[in-house]
Amino acid sequence: MNSLLLLFVALGVPTLGVLVYALVTGSPGLRRHVLTRVALTIPMILILATVVFVVLRVLPGDPVTSSLGPRGNPEVREAMRDQLGLDLPIWAQYGRYLGSLFTFDLGNALTSGRRPVAVELGERFPATIELIVPAAIVAVVGGILAGTLAGSRRKSATDYGLRMFSVAIYAMPVFWLGLILQLIFAVQLGWFPVAGRIDPIVSGSLERVTNLLVVDSLITGNWAALGSALRHLVLPAATLGLILLGVFLRLTRVNVIETLQEDYVAAARARGIKEGVIVYRHALRNAMIPVITFIGLQVAILLAGAVLTETVFSWPGVGRYLVERIGLRDYTAVQGVVAVFAIFVSMISLLVDVVYSIVDPRVRY
Amino acid sequence: MSGEILYSVRDLVVEYDTRTGPLRAVDGVSLDIRRGEILGLVGESGCGKSTLGKAMMRLLPRNARIAKGELLFDGQDLMSLSEEQMRHVRGGKIGMVFQDPMTSLNPVQRIIDHITETIKTHKPDASDDEARERAEFLVERLGIRKDRLDDYPHQLSGGMRQRVMIALALALNCDLVIADEPTTSLDVIVEAKFLDLLRDLRDEFNLTILMITHNIGVVAEVADRVAVMYAGEMAEVGDVHPVFAEPAHPYTEGLLKSVPNIALDEEELYQMKGGPPNLLHPPAGCRFNPRCPYVMDICVSQDPPMFPVHGGGGVAACWLRDPERKRSESD
Repeated sequence: MNSLLLLFVALGVPTLGVLVYALVTGSPGLRRHVLTRVALTIPMILILATVVFVVLRVLPGDPVTSSLGPRGNPEVREAMRDQLGLDLPIWAQYGRYLGSLFTFDLGNALTSGRRPVAVELGERFPATIELIVPAAIVAVVGGILAGTLAGSRRKSATDYGLRMFSVAIYAMPVFWLGLILQLIFAVQLGWFPVAGRIDPIVSGSLERVTNLLVVDSLITGNWAALGSALRHLVLPAATLGLILLGVFLRLTRVNVIETLQEDYVAAARARGIKEGVIVYRHALRNAMIPVITFIGLQVAILLAGAVLTETVFSWPGVGRYLVERIGLRDYTAVQGVVAVFAIFVSMISLLVDVVYSIVDPRVRY
Repeated sequence: MSGEILYSVRDLVVEYDTRTGPLRAVDGVSLDIRRGEILGLVGESGCGKSTLGKAMMRLLPRNARIAKGELLFDGQDLMSLSEEQMRHVRGGKIGMVFQDPMTSLNPVQRIIDHITETIKTHKPDASDDEARERAEFLVERLGIRKDRLDDYPHQLSGGMRQRVMIALALALNCDLVIADEPTTSLDVIVEAKFLDLLRDLRDEFNLTILMITHNIGVVAEVADRVAVMYAGEMAEVGDVHPVFAEPAHPYTEGLLKSVPNIALDEEELYQMKGGPPNLLHPPAGCRFNPRCPYVMDICVSQDPPMFPVHGGGGVAACWLRDPERKRSESD
């Protein structure tokens, strides 16, 4: 089976599970909300796919020029256009593209060996997942904990320090932060490798199952490979995670400050509840509700950040592939990546949205 | 009623920090609460009654502090307790019921969890079952079906939520309940039932209740004694009947006259002239003097002390009640 498809199955099963749970146990209102939400996802993906299609063709340059160079023989050029299907009228090309989306075969790439895009993404998507999952954990867990700390100690030195940190970290361009971390921790201190996913020497010994190297080395019990994969992961995941951490810190802080002023917090204090319990159980749980919604929105930013992070750290994921193929004007490859990103983002945001309506007892549709 | 004093506030001064300097929201207030009584604390918005209630639990907002005074609860000096010791007084010995039951319960926590959390905070070795049992006993006593314990606050009506707040105050057999405008957000019928319930609970659970309210009608209905605050100071304290029949302070008199009464055939409702003073620059002498219909020379220059009135322990801060003055007049 195509490993890209495998990945979507892996993500799709929990999404489906949550959807079914909401549909079975939910009120008629919740059911309607979930169904509408699912129905809206499809036009959303179509609109995105269309926008990419148009933008690519409006951009100067085309795959033929990028392969043959500007002074290519006109006959060869013509033959290549024929071969790639670029001689077809634009609506026919559009039809072909949409067709390839629905069959989940994303067509063949137009450059570099003309391999099926689904296969190429299948090889690279696990690398991106392996990067963004720890990054998201760094951002969400770190941001929420630091934000709670700052919010519960408002106007203290801790609060000011964390706020300055969050602005600084958020204002930094991803690639620049990546370069600085490389310079300090890889080049100067030598704690972590500069780039790549795994040491080439141990790489050969690792049997590939899911192409998620950490998972594969755990399954096969290859501890050398696990160590190497983890060490390679630290800097890129920290780079990508830190950028988003600032946002989560800010958002959590504001929400914690707000909930700490709620009457039920004053009432809990009047009952002698410990301050720590008040902050972490009463205030944080309520403050988390808008933060959870925000996680869904941030997945898109995470993927965008992955594009730059992968480029800086030579991480063989979808982001780097996208940058490379945009340069080659490989229409099908770029369209494929964007479509996959769109499906991925909308699935996560759907998941978050439904989880949110289950978590907050007050949300009743 | 034994008349034993449960909570004694002595010369309490509470200051808020404001941009223009410290504001004394409570300025030298003394108040004794007797065990077993319901004491109504009345006054206009901003007179410091809620601040006094919060100060009594040492639960002031960050920009406020107790500048002076003593808080003696059941023989214990609360000002000398550490924050941790004070935490055990709150909820364990003194319970508080807030104005808005709609917002005083955590929206994502079930009712039962509010109660068990409170019990386990003060009795760490209580089991879940014991806590649940206590919670069921309390809510059923308050007229809520015990299966509602598993509901979230938004599934309960306002009156039910206010009864849950009471259940929380009773969870650990508190001696004193400070109820800060507990009926303001309830409709009249629910309010009347709630006040009846409070009286019953007082007898049943040996409670002492400090009822903070701006509604003098609530005091008339439920309280044994009444304390009237004006502009951060205590104006008059005494048993409800003499105070209502024969108010010793012109401010109390004004408050009582401002209550609409269908039985009386008056065309217009009495309105006190003026408004409460700016506490950043309170008037010299008696703070009520700019609004007082009986203002005398001494009122503008000297702050009146508390004079005994009505015989039975009533006091009023008004020069009209100065026994010296009476004597000099009769001379």
